[in-house]
Amino acid sequence: MTGWTRIEGRATALPVENIDTDQLIPARFMSTPRSEGYGDFLLYDMRHGDDGQPDPEFALNRPEAKGARILITRRNFGAGSSREAAVYALVDAGIQVVIAPSFGDIFSSNAINNGLLPARLDAEVVEVLLAACAVDLTVDLESLMITGPGVSFAFELDPVWRQKLINGWDDIDLTLAHADEIAAFAEDRKERAPWVWPAPVQG
Amino acid sequence: MTPRTMLDKLWDSHEILTREDGASLLWVDRHFVHEGSHHAFAKIAERGMKVRHPELTFGVADHYVPTHGTAASPDIARMIRTLSENTARHGIELFGVGDPRQGIVHVSGPEQGVTLPGLLIVCGDSHTATHGALGAYSFGIGATEVAHVLATQTIWQNKPRRMRLAVEGELAPGVGAKDIALNWISLLGADGARGHAIEYTGSAVRGLSVEGRLTLCNLSIEGGARSGMVPPDEVTLAWIKGRPYAPSGAQWARACDSFLALAPDAGAEYDREATLDAAEIAPIVTWGTSPEEALPITGRVPDPARARTEAEAKRISDSLDYMGLKPGQSLTDTQVDQIFIGSCTNGRIEDLRSAAAVLRGRKAVVPGLISPGSAQIKQQAEAEGLDKIFTEAGLEWVDSGCSMCVGMNGDLVAAGKRCASTTNRNFRGRQGKGARTHLMSPAMAAAAAVTGHLTDARPLLEGRL
Repeated sequence: MTGWTRIEGRATALPVENIDTDQLIPARFMSTPRSEGYGDFLLYDMRHGDDGQPDPEFALNRPEAKGARILITRRNFGAGSSREAAVYALVDAGIQVVIAPSFGDIFSSNAINNGLLPARLDAEVVEVLLAACAVDLTVDLESLMITGPGVSFAFELDPVWRQKLINGWDDIDLTLAHADEIAAFAEDRKERAPWVWPAPVQG
Repeated sequence: MTPRTMLDKLWDSHEILTREDGASLLWVDRHFVHEGSHHAFAKIAERGMKVRHPELTFGVADHYVPTHGTAASPDIARMIRTLSENTARHGIELFGVGDPRQGIVHVSGPEQGVTLPGLLIVCGDSHTATHGALGAYSFGIGATEVAHVLATQTIWQNKPRRMRLAVEGELAPGVGAKDIALNWISLLGADGARGHAIEYTGSAVRGLSVEGRLTLCNLSIEGGARSGMVPPDEVTLAWIKGRPYAPSGAQWARACDSFLALAPDAGAEYDREATLDAAEIAPIVTWGTSPEEALPITGRVPDPARARTEAEAKRISDSLDYMGLKPGQSLTDTQVDQIFIGSCTNGRIEDLRSAAAVLRGRKAVVPGLISPGSAQIKQQAEAEGLDKIFTEAGLEWVDSGCSMCVGMNGDLVAAGKRCASTTNRNFRGRQGKGARTHLMSPAMAAAAAVTGHLTDARPLLEGRL
């Protein structure tokens, strides 16, 4: 994963609460290998009409949403299933920042692990941005500011996640540097709670 | 020493180190994988890595398994096969299709004694908090994290905030754990407990069976909580004792001391506290497309015109449109097309008994599917004759799996159809594209089967509990 500190791009509005991960990517697409790309699955059932054709009225299908890198939406975005595929769908569709008043916890962790920023802003501020869309915004991880024509807002982000997005860290490499401490911990755990290592099953 | 909460104790006993920026590296005692873990296995394969502790990793086939004999499509069969191949390649024990230990991961894990108090348990599934009912610290993770756990048996975490949710008093007959959960989620919101780990407590929680506690903890994520847990007590110990992977012999006594010591210390402080009065909880059903959109069965569907904000009005009106409901209509005036009883939320033996109490000697007027949470539960239910009650009522009794809760195995609700369901998510399209889901307890789903509309189960349970 490559790190980043600043993104400038088109923001598009999706003024809907509770967009859960089942909507972000319906379950039927999830047996697809990632190498095939998940962008076309993003919000599939919201984007398409009953006839299977793209709904031209849907926010993300409108011409002004083309090339959008920032999605602005309402509370509880990404609630539900732990499917990381929901993040793959956003990232593969070109989205790098989602702005909302609140996010599902697991979604947020998955987002950070894929370089996608879940930026939290107060609901009132989100409404201001929604009303201004489509608009070009700059999102800066150093200053934790979102700026656009005539507007500027500070957003919240956990410091650990901020560092991770900026550095593009790979957790496995970081963790393997602590291999000795982990091994010592495992030995100690075995002594204190030997039942953690299940005995061969009887019968 | 400062009095500690249950989360504090579990956290302290798994923390390997803390980084300067505040992130903790935690030791993982148990890792459950399922068909959906294929992304993570692919990630470690790309790096040429092995599973670090296969003996602490368990595979369970559940999300895609057929409930009617054979896999519904070649893609679905491939998902199940890939799990078998990945677990075999890495020497991971698998509770696969046809294995008597197979079931939904959050049902089989506890049932086999793989889940124990005091363990840190992760799984690439958001309902992993279920295992907290036995006193484990458990939470759902995404594919990148699953790969990390496979490779290192550890996970980086920020400590969640501590929340105490007390349910005091006595539940009325016909009211259970599902109603407690939907009640607090409807009060606090689907993101109400975001960032928190919930410790459930109070006399009504202590009075729940382990099955009920599993249901309660299972739904923690639907209120946004990272995890949910119940302090182990004698009820917990009696339930675990003798299960295949549980400690035995001399180790059992030592383990029991350690399990009981997980209860929060007197005077431990929480970041947030909430209390519910058990006596005020009625059977609850959802009317909308988020678990927070839930009301007592005696209530009426809300009116967007009375919403506090424009965003809320839009949410309510979108939900009503999708669900095909009118503002202000009585919930009990809602006709259903079918019912589903099962899932990691409500597929346990007590759930089936409670549905059977309503269905005994009665006929369903709509079709329905009943899928036990595990192969073992299926066997037990059949030994108790519950399957006969279901099939004589006209409902379909099938094999165990996630089935119609998540719609991945081909058990789907058709577009526009309305399902009374004991599952955990009434999200748009969750049970199938265009499907309309109402969440409720097993007794309530059984009552809906008997009357053909959303129904208060309590009168139908009179003299039967």
